Amino acid sequence: MQLKGFHNPGGDALQALSSASITAAPLAPLAVQGLALERGSRRLFTDLAFELGAGEMLWVRGRNGRGKTSLLRLIAGLGAAANGQILFDGKARAAQRHVVYVGHANALKEDLSVSEALTFLLRIHGGRLDAAAIDAALGHWGLLAQRQAPVRTLSQGQRRRVALARLSVERRASLWVLDEPFDALDADGIECLNALLGTHLQRGGSVLLTGHQAALAADLPRRELDLDDCGT
Amino acid sequence: MKLFTFAAPSRFYALSGRVLPWLWISAAVLAYAGLYIGFFVAPTDAQQGEAYRIIFIHVPAAWMSMVIYLAMAFWAALGWVLNARMASMLARALAPSGMVFTLIALWTGAVWGKPAWGTWWVWDARLTSELILLFLYIGYLALTEAIDDPKRADRAGALVAIVGAVNVPVIYFSVKWWNTLHQGASVSLTAAPTMAHAMLLAMLLMTFAFWAYAFAVVFMRARAIVLERECGAAWVRGLSNPAMGQAA
Amino acid sequence: MLALFNALVVRDLRLALRRRSEALLPIGFFVIAVALFPLGIGPEPQTLRAIAPGLMWVCALLATMLSVSSLYNSDHADGTLDQLMICGHGSFESAVVIAAARSAAHWALTGAPLVIAAPLFGLMFDLPPPTIAMLAFTLLLGTPILSLLGSVGAALTLGLRSAGVLVILIVLPLTVPALIFGTGAVAAAEGGQSAVAHCSLLGALLIFTLLTAPLASAAALRLAVE
Repeated sequence: MQLKGFHNPGGDALQALSSASITAAPLAPLAVQGLALERGSRRLFTDLAFELGAGEMLWVRGRNGRGKTSLLRLIAGLGAAANGQILFDGKARAAQRHVVYVGHANALKEDLSVSEALTFLLRIHGGRLDAAAIDAALGHWGLLAQRQAPVRTLSQGQRRRVALARLSVERRASLWVLDEPFDALDADGIECLNALLGTHLQRGGSVLLTGHQAALAADLPRRELDLDDCGT
Repeated sequence: MKLFTFAAPSRFYALSGRVLPWLWISAAVLAYAGLYIGFFVAPTDAQQGEAYRIIFIHVPAAWMSMVIYLAMAFWAALGWVLNARMASMLARALAPSGMVFTLIALWTGAVWGKPAWGTWWVWDARLTSELILLFLYIGYLALTEAIDDPKRADRAGALVAIVGAVNVPVIYFSVKWWNTLHQGASVSLTAAPTMAHAMLLAMLLMTFAFWAYAFAVVFMRARAIVLERECGAAWVRGLSNPAMGQAA
Repeated sequence: MLALFNALVVRDLRLALRRRSEALLPIGFFVIAVALFPLGIGPEPQTLRAIAPGLMWVCALLATMLSVSSLYNSDHADGTLDQLMICGHGSFESAVVIAAARSAAHWALTGAPLVIAAPLFGLMFDLPPPTIAMLAFTLLLGTPILSLLGSVGAALTLGLRSAGVLVILIVLPLTVPALIFGTGAVAAAEGGQSAVAHCSLLGALLIFTLLTAPLASAAALRLAVE
């Protein structure tokens, strides 16, 4: 399976990647080789290979049921592949490089307040617990007024903002794995997320995401990975 | 690597097919011999009279129920650790037979108990442990049947089987403890300490008969599971239509 | 690791505090179940005194099993479990810590109240004080075992339709040793004999379960999130 096309208004031409070139760049933040994944008795894809460098964004496309979510979950660390390897900086487990996964579900407990829920998510991932930074992140997403409100009183869009507020606290050049992050966001939220993605890419972080192309800002450099091309 | 070629489901299917008739024949012959000796040749027991003869079914069945549980746990664990499909399928095939033997052991234990002790059920250590073994089998079967995804079902079942196998000694010990506490001298359903040669022979023959029967039934069940799970493979399609595929 | 453990336990306790009535449901079940027996068997004090320890142990068992089957359900539903399983980059050690933390929180919310409630029932059944003390002590050692084993069952049956009954089927046989040693200790105390042997066995069982159950739960959790 080869990488398909690229959109990089200002950058250099990207070459199609093969296993050989992966071994030549062992320190890519994310490198996938010969990946095969099964869901139940169905083979979702076989022999998937791609690489994601620092400061790069990879947009995963495909029809429903092609395995986009499964692939992202696999890279985030949930589940096991039927075959192949996922390497983070050349190692099997993301030791140094932090992986931030924001899935479909927001992972917010309904009975906790917004700031409590956000603090919990950050704490379990060993992140920074600076109250000021958390408040700043909530303010960035327009939720400072709701910091003490229970999560269950928030709308779907607001909950999405809280889930994404995790990304605002991030200062490291980590790997972001985002599954349909633009879902439920309004125009303001979409703009906010695009800005966040831009900042993250600029400081050398990597982003792997799925979602509607329309929401992603046109000026953000990204590559595409089309799962429809990796047949079973 | 030769060992692992036998691990392919198609190989298992072919081999088991050849062995099955012999297993059925041996089971029948051994059972006939064992039952004949046990019911007609072995001497009458001094204390229990003719009723004791049920132990020729009860004891081998109880042994089989325990051996099959351990085998099930072993194959399930192997299937999980080595990611070997055939091992997992074998474990799933073993479980119902193990449960059947447990039921036979419990039922014959009760049948024995009535003439010997006057009640249909006695809460002695062995029978109670056998009852708990039945619950372990039921738990395994219930869990594996409730999970749709075969891989997750196999592995969850393996975990349950392993946890059960590890706990079986603890459970047996605690039940023995419980029994001695509450009844003083334990009421034992084992045969007399010195068994006549004929009794021993009958017991042994019946055990082997049950082994052969268990192998036969488990292989048949495993073959059905193989066909079910590998239905997409060419060799399976070739079985019904020889022109389409080749049996491995 | 310790930070993860603490964060989880604190969160669970905080959540339970916000849903106090739900947290007390297992105790409610225990109370009703225990009260049913005299109604079913008859109020004869001798009989009640004889069956009380076993009765309370079994009801504690059932109350724990009923509440443990949904141990991971809410986290699984809102996606928190995914986030938890990613901790430590999906390592097995993190999963073990998570399982241990959930079991600990469950015990604090279900087992500990049972330990406190049991002596009250001991009085209702007219048990002498030494027996009540031993009953409370054996429950103190035994209820953690139940929470730990229940966590294994809950993780195995996560997301399944009849998870509640399945947990009971799978876990109850494994709790038999704890039941036997616990009630044996109480019976010994009642008969004026030494319960040291029973209690040591129960304690050993607790240690064994503490060391092994979180591992099994972790393995089952990883199966469930795949």
